[in-house]
Amino acid sequence: MIDEKFDAIVIGAGMAGNAAAYTMASRGLKVLQLERGEYPGSKNVQGGILYADMLEKIIPNFREEAPLERHLVEQRFWMMTDRSHTALQYRSDDFNEEKPNRYTIIRSQFDRWFSREAQSKGAIVISETTVTELVSDAYGKVIGVLTDRRGGTIFADVVVIAEGVNGLLGTRAGLREAPKAEHVALAVKEMHFLPRETIESRFNLVGDEGVVIEAAGTISKGMTGMGFVYTNKESVSVGLGCLVSDFAGASETPYGLLEAFKSHPSIKPLLEGSEVKEYAAHLIPEGGYKAIPELVGDGWVVVGDAAQLNNAIHREGSNLAMTSGRLAAEAIFQVKSRREPMTKQNLSLYKKYLEESFVMKDLKKYKDMPELLHTQAKNYFLAYPALLSNAMENYLRVDGTPKIEKEKASVRAFVKERKWTGLFGDAVRLARAWR
Amino acid sequence: MAATRVEEKLYQNRYLVDAGRPHIKINAHTKPSDNLLAMTKLCPAGCYAENSAGQVEITADGCLECGTCRILCESSGDIVWNYPRGGYGVLFKFG
Repeated sequence: MIDEKFDAIVIGAGMAGNAAAYTMASRGLKVLQLERGEYPGSKNVQGGILYADMLEKIIPNFREEAPLERHLVEQRFWMMTDRSHTALQYRSDDFNEEKPNRYTIIRSQFDRWFSREAQSKGAIVISETTVTELVSDAYGKVIGVLTDRRGGTIFADVVVIAEGVNGLLGTRAGLREAPKAEHVALAVKEMHFLPRETIESRFNLVGDEGVVIEAAGTISKGMTGMGFVYTNKESVSVGLGCLVSDFAGASETPYGLLEAFKSHPSIKPLLEGSEVKEYAAHLIPEGGYKAIPELVGDGWVVVGDAAQLNNAIHREGSNLAMTSGRLAAEAIFQVKSRREPMTKQNLSLYKKYLEESFVMKDLKKYKDMPELLHTQAKNYFLAYPALLSNAMENYLRVDGTPKIEKEKASVRAFVKERKWTGLFGDAVRLARAWR
Repeated sequence: MAATRVEEKLYQNRYLVDAGRPHIKINAHTKPSDNLLAMTKLCPAGCYAENSAGQVEITADGCLECGTCRILCESSGDIVWNYPRGGYGVLFKFG
């Protein structure tokens, strides 16, 4: 089908793949990008927060062109029981800056734009084409790919594997293992459409300002998981995700949990009267540093979700994906410009770049968090939210009980549930994993 | 709360179904494994169901291609998972 040989083939047109394709093409490399969806973005799902800095490093003036929804001026963290939420809320007019730091986006629209940008730099993008196999030479070096279109191998010096969390190619080629059930979360999401004035009045916004709600607590029924509500221009993304290993032993369905979350007394009024236009599901890599596979080999690099590069604690995924795609591309460009072969050793420059970046530093910092949250799920997601809610109600309800007795009752409840040693242990464990 | 009908959710989505070529297949079994049985609840598109003989069957038309069943059931040999052919399957307008 394609006779010419490419400098690089990029598999997938998500955040990581587009960042890699754009960066390589803009440095003059001959890039082919293959996408199995109808168009770039049509298979991609994300809650939808974009961190400006990581895209700015790739496309400095993206704000003028990219399809952005709202810039975020407020973040709410909600600790939920079935009838209450206790909030930590941060809002600042400083976020109304000339170059805002965070935006909400709609992935299939954003990815389509990002891909067009890569094409404008010279990348060749072919959609509706599923790569079925990585092709290696007799020495095991990856030299190209096979697709489900007619024709033989398409050859390239290096293949950038940006196939996402559920990547089949890398695992089938034995380059890495499939993710384990305790290392991925299943998230489901709905798009709720509302008039933009309604969104602005309900969420206390002016113009293109946006709000994010991240919610944890009894909504995940004792599983490690979180819910979210993100404001877009004329829609609200609402979703919930839990670890697959927790789900596997539970009697809950993901869509049942989402319905319960939507009907929570704190969430329901925010969605009232909306029209739902899409229901999506996606896996999120949650294994952190310890789940990162081998990142380079002879003739290949792996980037983004396929490499488990996701910071679950800060809910950052797409910016790690974009950064890893860019750094892989820069490493490939370096090797190419030295006219050296794309061997594992030469390509390990990408690993070095990643180690020096926030990507590996952040993931290393939280390397113990996934395990902690997983093993302590019942405490962190059921016991503490309930205790906190009781303490808040105790504090706020005025009923003639002397304050000292109310305080003692709140403390007693914590001690009864977890004992002093448990409370101390939980605090130490959390602090240690955080450091 | 009444049981949630996942079919109503899928009805909002766009699909291009590759008729007669399902991308996920369940291997023949007499009694489903725990993980395969778990998929009857866990599949976010409700693609998996238990039949009257106690075996698990799949109708992959509404599949959201998340890969959860692959994570749980591929290594044990319960299922065979492939991507749909290029262009087929779920088409997210928003994603």
